[in-house]
Amino acid sequence: MTNSATTCSLVIEREMLHPPEKIWRALTQGPLIAEWLLTNDFQPVVGHRFQFRATPVQNWNGIIDSEVLMVEPHTRLSYGWTSMGLETVVTWTLTPTAGGTLLRMEQSGFPSEEGRNYKGAKYGWTNFIGKLENVVGGLQ
Amino acid sequence: MPSVTDKVFKALADPTRRAIFEHLSRDGEQTVHALTYRAGVSQPAVSKHLTVLKRAKLVGHRREGRETHYNAQPQSLAPLVDWMTQYGAFWRERFDQLESLLQRMDK
Repeated sequence: MTNSATTCSLVIEREMLHPPEKIWRALTQGPLIAEWLLTNDFQPVVGHRFQFRATPVQNWNGIIDSEVLMVEPHTRLSYGWTSMGLETVVTWTLTPTAGGTLLRMEQSGFPSEEGRNYKGAKYGWTNFIGKLENVVGGLQ
Repeated sequence: MPSVTDKVFKALADPTRRAIFEHLSRDGEQTVHALTYRAGVSQPAVSKHLTVLKRAKLVGHRREGRETHYNAQPQSLAPLVDWMTQYGAFWRERFDQLESLLQRMDK
């Protein structure tokens, strides 16, 4: 997790033993995307608006609204990721390595946790967790 | 009815509201006048934003004489923090699925 003044990001990196060109296909061809991420009507065209769809669950319609923001073949891909009123951006970066590709995913735009100060008690957290499990259950 | 999570996300999706919330988190309790001075928008606009933040339970208030003092309730960020944790798990699982797709692509 990285932080800036007003937002924070989630970053996941993994080296994969496959060339960038091949990973790029899996990231940008709709039917391939559907195999590992979500059903979609993605097109690798900047400005293209599309949706990712998961199975709807209680309190969540399963829809992620998106718009393609950046397409640099075999190098970088970025799209919006808006769901439940939370607007984030997902950016994929592919860096060739000796054995394959370092794949980096950054989901940015989560409102900042600045000023968060959990003193002692757990407050009423458990109430939220049940709901979140429903939501995330639908994502998976 | 929107869920608590929904309200928190919507409340923080607006940059002015985010700034108000951060200001209250950083500098402690404030009156609407002090908040207006900092926010760069009109007092009715600030009041409206405070209403949204209060509904999401991100902001609480306390009356003292004629003045209302607003304060941040950072524990209400919990759904968001959990959401990020869950997204972390979500993406790791998707990375696994991507890797297994890549294995299959050449076969």
